[in-house]
Amino acid sequence: MGGLLDKLFGKGSEQSAQIAKDRLQLVLVHDRTNLSEERLAQLKDELVELISRYVEIDAQKVDVFVENDRRASLLVANIPLVPNHRVHR
Amino acid sequence: MSAKVVTITSGKGGVGKTTATANLGVALAGLGHRVVCIDADIGLRNLDVVMGLENRIVYDLVDVVEGRCRLRQAMIKDKRLPELYLVPAAQTRDKTAVSPSDMIRLADEIRPEFDFILIDSPAGIERGFRNAIAPADVVLIVTNPEVSSVRDADRIIGLIEADEKGPGKLVINRVKPEMVQRGEMLSADDVIDILAIELIGIVPEDESVLVASNRGTPTVMDGGSLAGRAFNDIARRLLGEQVPLTLPEASLSWLQRFMRALFGSPNGRGG
Repeated sequence: MGGLLDKLFGKGSEQSAQIAKDRLQLVLVHDRTNLSEERLAQLKDELVELISRYVEIDAQKVDVFVENDRRASLLVANIPLVPNHRVHR
Repeated sequence: MSAKVVTITSGKGGVGKTTATANLGVALAGLGHRVVCIDADIGLRNLDVVMGLENRIVYDLVDVVEGRCRLRQAMIKDKRLPELYLVPAAQTRDKTAVSPSDMIRLADEIRPEFDFILIDSPAGIERGFRNAIAPADVVLIVTNPEVSSVRDADRIIGLIEADEKGPGKLVINRVKPEMVQRGEMLSADDVIDILAIELIGIVPEDESVLVASNRGTPTVMDGGSLAGRAFNDIARRLLGEQVPLTLPEASLSWLQRFMRALFGSPNGRGG
């Protein structure tokens, strides 16, 4: 019924509380870790380069980000490996 | 018996630290406890006017630290309650006149004679804040459901943890239930999701707080106000009582209640 209420009161755009929450979650990652978006991108590039020396990875699909678990910040990296049979074909 | 030292801080200014200190002091004293409130905001003293004790100041915190009087002489008794005292801040000095070790020494001096020592911290993260948290057993962080004060609260929580003062407990002040209901204000759940610390109280925006500070009689004193009740609940939680954490809803109008009954909660959460 929220949709009907929205129509009644002419609300089309996203509610500002959700926007505030999303913005805070993003800004606090950087406040807490002192790791800017730019530095994180640099870290990702170097990580790809380092790991590629040992094993073949799918560089396009590498994802490195900071996640919060309670008040702890975790650096999470998802690094898909290229399957062995494709490497040695 | 030794007093528990509770420091009230926030990072950002103007979120309600002094109001919270005054009201928690009155609430705890009203529940029969011996309470001293210390204004640690040297140079910008305010707790005296909010408590309505500004005309009775003779000595202040800096006079005590610099040895011009004993701590007892600087303590102003609030005659409306059995055991409530204020140690005012100095108005003409700055925060460097007091050190964290001075605060620990003063708190230790009066601990045996009281149940609670409440310290009203200045805004910011510098010397005055360091002074205020130095003797703390419990730190209350006051925030408003608004991006800048939540961000500053997060920074303060980090500093308190680094100082090994525990994670602190959160007071969300100036909540407007009808705005939360419309999805145009962060709910208590949202703020707790973001800050990930224990919530000790939700205080609604309430005109009675301004009226009370006009008069110099903290809103807890007149009993019935929504904010006064919320501060009283926080005082009881500080004493270890289990008081349900709910957002007071008396300020919803009959129309809002009717619409809600008809359509349900528009964003699926009550806060």
